[in-house]
Amino acid sequence: MSSKHKPEQELQPTASSGFSRRGFLGTASATAGAVGSGLLEQPADAAPPAGLVGPGEAEISLTINGKPTKVKVEPRTTLLDACRERLEITGAKRVCDRGTCGACTMIVNGKTVYSCTTLAVDSVGKKIETIENLTAGAKPHPIVPAFANNDALQCGYCTPGMVMASKGLLDRTPNPTYEQAKAGLGGNLCRCGTYVGIRKAILEAAKELRASGARKSGGSNA
Amino acid sequence: MPSYSYPPMENRRLIGKRITRLDGIQKASGKAKYNSDVRPAGTIHAVGLFSPHAHARVKSVDTSAAEKAPGFAAVTVVAPAGTELNWAGQEIAFLAAQTEEQAREALSLIKVEYEILPHLVREESLSKAGVRGKPAGEQVTGDPDAAFSAAGAVTHEAEYGIPVITHCCLEPHGQTVAWDGAANKIEFWPSTQNVSAVGGDLAKQLELPATSIHVHQDHIGGGFGSKFQSDNWGRESAKLSKMAGGKPVKFYLDRREELTIAGVRPSVFAKIKLAAKPDGEMTAWDSTTWMTGGFGGGGLNADLLPYVFRNVANRRINHTAVSTNNGASRAWRAPNHPQVCYITQAAMEDLAAKLKMDPVDFFLKNLDKTVRADVYKAQITKAADMIAWKTNWKPRGSSTGTVRRGLGLAIGTWGGAGHASQCRATIHPDGTALIEIGSQDLGTGTRTIITQVAAETFGLAMNAITLKLGDNNYPPSGASGGSTTVGGVSASTRKATVNALEKLFAAVAPTLGVPPEQLEAVDSKIQVKGNAAKSLTWKAACAKLGVSPIVETGANDPRNPGGLTTGGVGGCQMADVSVDTETGIVKINKVVAVQDVGMVVNPKTADSQMYGGIIMGICAALMEERVMDEMTGRFLNADMEFYKLAGAGDIGEIEVLMEVTPEHDKRGVIGVGEPSTVPTIAAIANAVTNAIGIRVPVLPLTPKNVLNALHNTSRRFA
Repeated sequence: MSSKHKPEQELQPTASSGFSRRGFLGTASATAGAVGSGLLEQPADAAPPAGLVGPGEAEISLTINGKPTKVKVEPRTTLLDACRERLEITGAKRVCDRGTCGACTMIVNGKTVYSCTTLAVDSVGKKIETIENLTAGAKPHPIVPAFANNDALQCGYCTPGMVMASKGLLDRTPNPTYEQAKAGLGGNLCRCGTYVGIRKAILEAAKELRASGARKSGGSNA
Repeated sequence: MPSYSYPPMENRRLIGKRITRLDGIQKASGKAKYNSDVRPAGTIHAVGLFSPHAHARVKSVDTSAAEKAPGFAAVTVVAPAGTELNWAGQEIAFLAAQTEEQAREALSLIKVEYEILPHLVREESLSKAGVRGKPAGEQVTGDPDAAFSAAGAVTHEAEYGIPVITHCCLEPHGQTVAWDGAANKIEFWPSTQNVSAVGGDLAKQLELPATSIHVHQDHIGGGFGSKFQSDNWGRESAKLSKMAGGKPVKFYLDRREELTIAGVRPSVFAKIKLAAKPDGEMTAWDSTTWMTGGFGGGGLNADLLPYVFRNVANRRINHTAVSTNNGASRAWRAPNHPQVCYITQAAMEDLAAKLKMDPVDFFLKNLDKTVRADVYKAQITKAADMIAWKTNWKPRGSSTGTVRRGLGLAIGTWGGAGHASQCRATIHPDGTALIEIGSQDLGTGTRTIITQVAAETFGLAMNAITLKLGDNNYPPSGASGGSTTVGGVSASTRKATVNALEKLFAAVAPTLGVPPEQLEAVDSKIQVKGNAAKSLTWKAACAKLGVSPIVETGANDPRNPGGLTTGGVGGCQMADVSVDTETGIVKINKVVAVQDVGMVVNPKTADSQMYGGIIMGICAALMEERVMDEMTGRFLNADMEFYKLAGAGDIGEIEVLMEVTPEHDKRGVIGVGEPSTVPTIAAIANAVTNAIGIRVPVLPLTPKNVLNALHNTSRRFA
């Protein structure tokens, strides 16, 4: 029933669902980490590649909101848990545990991803943007006040993911139609029922972005 | 004695205005801290071991290997050998380790042996329930049998069902808790709808004085009726903290556990017979209903039947609660009402079709069986205009083609009077104003409306008020359930601020040379009524207090609310849907709602409550269902992939009308969170039936269930 699609998928304005099998396979491997990268096919007794660490905690450096950030993680630690439990970056939320609801949405290398199904170690060397970045600059990204103005939130627990998915949509599609706004949020779920305000917020933020001409200047660093 | 009324409608600056919620930016920027974000220094992580069996006896529990696992901190066993487990998901053990990953790994090393026992997890077949069914006594009014057999009576008899659904709060149940054993003090950060009383509940579980528990909560990620208690995981996490030397322990249910054991809404199944005269006058109702609230869970108030139209002359009610091997139900947004609204008004819509009557006319004809006929009449008429019923409604089954359109209606009711609430207002000599209240903002806008009321009384801007809530050291306020919060906190805040202002008037009256009764607070000034020239700024007025602040309290007493809050509302909703008869997919075109209210403190957040209730109803009508597996006794779709919720594109357009006339306003404040969700399911189900010409007897209106109805292969359940 739901028009959910993986939010890292580029929106296809002409396709009704914005979803293609090829696109899904292409992005699924990036999201699923080890499963898609062939690591499981290596024989267990093969010599570990140089630089391999684990299975215990090891320090890695992640580029979060433009800043190199050192964090100790296990190989199985997700990007979401690295941020929430180890770095006190708690805007993104853990809700469904398995890449369904979008409350954990972050933007990695310019694409929206579910950070609960992204491994922290797979995020090394990538540009990670969290919701905290949208208010890191002198002026917040217009999607933030647009959510507040349109009362596009209630309990607010899905909201960081909704805001990041909306920001990702506006990055890709600066002038979305109402239908595109609805489809662009297809990978995110809300329980309080705030969609009426969210749909308006996206259109208001797009208008504001056009007015300011600042398409992608979300925060200070991204 | 101060006058505890709200200012007259025409004189309000803030109450009744569409003010943007105060924590909107904080939430939209990820800065709002929920208790699941709270991680004090030294926090360790706990996870739980839950029964994989619906019914079993624990033969042994061995935690020895787990205790040697890396990072292990502490373990508690709540279901030792000999314990009977009565549902899949019942708690067996809790374990804490340095990190969550380590805790999960250690937990996997706990060995449990079970003796598997027979279970019952499905309730739709009453005949299979046997001794697990507990019938309530039959209730009879009038002579239903005579009415059914009366000459000319048109009768309809059918089965209906509405399944168990779960709250699915996005922030799972859980808490961080730190028990300092030496001081016997507990710092408690639960996800709760009950800030003032949840600490006392934990204290009772731990046999500690209530004064030893300090509760904190700034934000909660959804509750919907399921987060009133401290829960087993709260108690055990506290014990783990003490065992680990007082380190804070963070525990949150994972999604499977959240859906399985943290609360569900009871089902209802029904065999219904009803009758009307040929002119549509409903004469008799006979229902046999049954449901489950899990193992030892809540029941259903069958006395509400036939819902809203309860004063039908002849009525027979039979009801059976079935105990099943499932986690207990908890209060779910408007307990009882959405389910009994559906079974009643689906049956009524079916009878209207049999009578070849427009259901709007049939409902109007029978409003004399409700307690607010005039209200419903006006609402039905208005909603029919909003959805263009006269133009768009066609008799049942007359829509043809692959995609068929239909309209449906339903009406509902709720209480919503304010709960017990106390508020403390402080005016400091430097002019700062503080409001303290042991309430919680569930995302309903509670922070905003308290601040509106306080700023209105003091004649100040909202940003001149400091509001503190979410702590059990503040004056107690009721749990947020039953749509009672807005009425309770508005009343207590109004009283506390009026009391404090009266003290301030007394302090400045000599300076302004008039008696205190001739003063008013407007535009950040204390002035002689109607004379801005004779005034002091708020700050200058407060300076007259010398060194002592004014501290005043105000309380809402639900037994004597003094006109500041009342309850009892009606609402009407109508749905316009399109059904694809090849795929079975139901598309919502539009839902309209006309809601009866009292004084609306903030129409902007009230609208959001209405939208939210309607969208929850759309989810329940079209998608939500707990699917229990008879063989394994487990909840098959306890995740968010297969337990479906609507997305932004699934809800159609929603139009809400809350008419606030002086007549409504003078009733005082009434909560709107629950009435908003009552009629939605029935309205949508009636619209689908109108579109496809046949009733889908058991919800949800999934493609499978719609296609089964169209092909006459719906499963009968009795």
